[in-house]
Amino acid sequence: MVDRTIAFVRTEDVPAMPPPPNATGPAKWVKDNLFATPANSVLTILAILAIYFILSGSVPWMLNGIWASPSLAVCREILDGASGACFAVLAERWNQLLFGFQYPADLYWRPGLAFVLLFFAAAPVLFFDLPRKLLIFTALYPFIAFWLIWGGSIFGPLLALLGIVAGAFFYQKFVKNSFALGFFGAIVTALVVWTVGGYIIPDGEIAEGAMRSVPSRDLGGFMLNMMLGVTCVSLSLPIGIALALGRQSSMPIIKYICVIFIEFIRGVPLITLLFVANVMLGYFFPPGSGVDLFLRVVIMITMFSAAYIAEVIRGGLAALPKGQYEAADSLGLDYAQAMRLIILPQALKISIPGIVNVSVGLFKDTTLVSVISMFDLVGMIRGPILASVEWQGVYWELFGFAALLFFITCYGISQYSQWLERRLATDHR
Amino acid sequence: MTSITDPPRGSFQLSMLINDTRYRSYTFQAIAFIVLALSIGYLINNLFTNLAAQGLDIDFGFLGAPAGYDINQRLIEYTSQSTNLRAAFVGILNTLLVAFLACVTATIFGVLAGVLRLSNNWLVRKLMAIYVEIFRNIPVLIWVLIIFTIMIAVLPGPREFRGDDPAATMFLGISAFTNRGVYIPLPFFERGFGGGLDFLMVIVVLVGSFFGARAVTARATRIQEATGERPATLLTNLAIWFGPLIAIFLIFGLSFEVPELKGFNFAGGIKVGGPLIAIWFALSIYTGAFIAENVRAGIQAVSKGQTEAAGALGIRPGRIMSLVVLPQALRVIIPPLISNYLNITKNSSLAILVGYADVTATLGGITLNQTGRAIECILLLMLFYLTISLLISAVINVYNNAIKLKER
Repeated sequence: MVDRTIAFVRTEDVPAMPPPPNATGPAKWVKDNLFATPANSVLTILAILAIYFILSGSVPWMLNGIWASPSLAVCREILDGASGACFAVLAERWNQLLFGFQYPADLYWRPGLAFVLLFFAAAPVLFFDLPRKLLIFTALYPFIAFWLIWGGSIFGPLLALLGIVAGAFFYQKFVKNSFALGFFGAIVTALVVWTVGGYIIPDGEIAEGAMRSVPSRDLGGFMLNMMLGVTCVSLSLPIGIALALGRQSSMPIIKYICVIFIEFIRGVPLITLLFVANVMLGYFFPPGSGVDLFLRVVIMITMFSAAYIAEVIRGGLAALPKGQYEAADSLGLDYAQAMRLIILPQALKISIPGIVNVSVGLFKDTTLVSVISMFDLVGMIRGPILASVEWQGVYWELFGFAALLFFITCYGISQYSQWLERRLATDHR
Repeated sequence: MTSITDPPRGSFQLSMLINDTRYRSYTFQAIAFIVLALSIGYLINNLFTNLAAQGLDIDFGFLGAPAGYDINQRLIEYTSQSTNLRAAFVGILNTLLVAFLACVTATIFGVLAGVLRLSNNWLVRKLMAIYVEIFRNIPVLIWVLIIFTIMIAVLPGPREFRGDDPAATMFLGISAFTNRGVYIPLPFFERGFGGGLDFLMVIVVLVGSFFGARAVTARATRIQEATGERPATLLTNLAIWFGPLIAIFLIFGLSFEVPELKGFNFAGGIKVGGPLIAIWFALSIYTGAFIAENVRAGIQAVSKGQTEAAGALGIRPGRIMSLVVLPQALRVIIPPLISNYLNITKNSSLAILVGYADVTATLGGITLNQTGRAIECILLLMLFYLTISLLISAVINVYNNAIKLKER
């Protein structure tokens, strides 16, 4: 028997060592994410330099900012050569930036209230979990907002509301028989109510329920951007759906009307359409009707965004599998039923990101009205404020403020759309 | 016993126009057509009534009349005595110029930012995300104004370049950035034929090089397919691209006219006006952010299995990018890229805001205001933009058909 002596046998496990310091924790993260390769390190250093230059220029400027001063000259005196912003212009011209320079100062609460109510009106549309009853307020909101912003007699908005209620009632009653009957009948009913009401309610001054009226040309500032954006997007949605359906239609005349309209609008810049609103559209109304500039601009911007929304929805319609259309047919649904109950709910869901993109783009484009000398936020900055003696030369504070307002709004909307997309995702891919 | 008979072949009744699906679409179309014709007739009737009431008419004769205003930035001969039509044409060329320049730079910004957004580098990735979000969510109008303000309010005036210890110095001694515009050196041939002919010659040489390089590549591919060995083409191609160009430069004596401070302003060199730079740069960075998103989406749309499959076949990483990933990504990237170019062309109409004489500013701005021919001017303006858009859409369609997946 051979006596084998074993020099060493380990009887217990080696205690686990901590990983090397550069393979874990922040050090590893920095190594992997910032300095993985030489080229990557160069990029990191360049990025840090860029951030340093931007921050070192802007942070002291903002921290030194002066919030109370009657004019730029006084600002410069206070700063005494140091770099610093003169945010006093925002404080002093706050109301002008928001409401324009002609809106009566004692009535600022009215558009302010309309703005706050907008959130309550939009909430049930944006978030489906809220009680459906709130939609009643959403339906009432346009009339309330109109009355608050323009003032005047309450009978105008009331009559408009009455016509729509009558139309909706007619639609509810007859849509069971035939969609066409319900739909067109509702339009006729509303028109009848408006015409009859127009005769009953006199045009003159009515003391009861009248607020001081404000003409459209006195609207301005960020309020004007908000109004144009909200009005035109909400009006263009139904028109866009109709145009998209028309473009998909098998009836050649209707199809080509829609195609020509969409391609024409999409082919020209919004500025030319605003020129049309400014100098040309007035000629197409009956003589003496005197449609004001705000309404003409709303018409043109609505047409513009309707064409873009139509293209987005057409994409949604085309993306639906053909089986959905065939299933609707085989259930014996007619065109209107198939569209309302099967096709559109799915197609609109697919189109939501695109519709939100168009809306954000449109909201940004409302600044273009400053080109036709309407005093929206940018128009106010370029015109009355930068041209004033006190604030000539305060560029960065004002442009920065405008950029910030738009950024907050547009970024907010796009974040909402991403949330909605996740929320509505029903496919488990 | 029952027998099957055909349903009675009823004669045509008026109610079938509504109730019978065979005829209903005709009814609808007829109604739609009549309504459309009536509304157009109504609008045109209103138009002529209103015009007559104001003593106006529609007449394009004003296009032949002298314009009576000056245009600073122009590519063709133009004086204030030239016709309105020529002013519009100057504007069209300016629109096309700024649109072309912005398309090139926007593509560069967009591709860079889009690729960098997919980088492994966390800092760069976040920085590019911030760039894209900031520029996409702020109106292009504000960007145009901001950059225009930098051009006129931040850059030094020519006066500040004067003296022994000037407040401002020329960039590298050859270019001057002033609030009246940017002055860069003008290349010219000392022994050339003059102006346009020299330029044409360089273009011809470049086109020749392009086809030469393509022929070399095609030959390399032929040899590779025949023998499996690909001859090295890099040096040959470099020689074909740069050889003739350098030869021309040497033969005709390339030299540069450097701008100099003379009197109150700079003279010599090429002057690029502040408005042009404002609109050009603003459109580039704004649209660049959109293109960045397209590029990122396009690259991400190529499934990872493609890269892995190519790797399994033993293809090298550089060639995987150029032979497998890029051709598939371009299919996704190019159609929205072209529609971004279309947006640039349309957004270049913002030039009117900063005083750059594009077609909106000449035909739709000064000519319109001076002649009062609003309807004619706006119709012509729309016609121009519509033509450009339809041309670009035609290009997109041709491209889409060419790259469509050929299946079944």
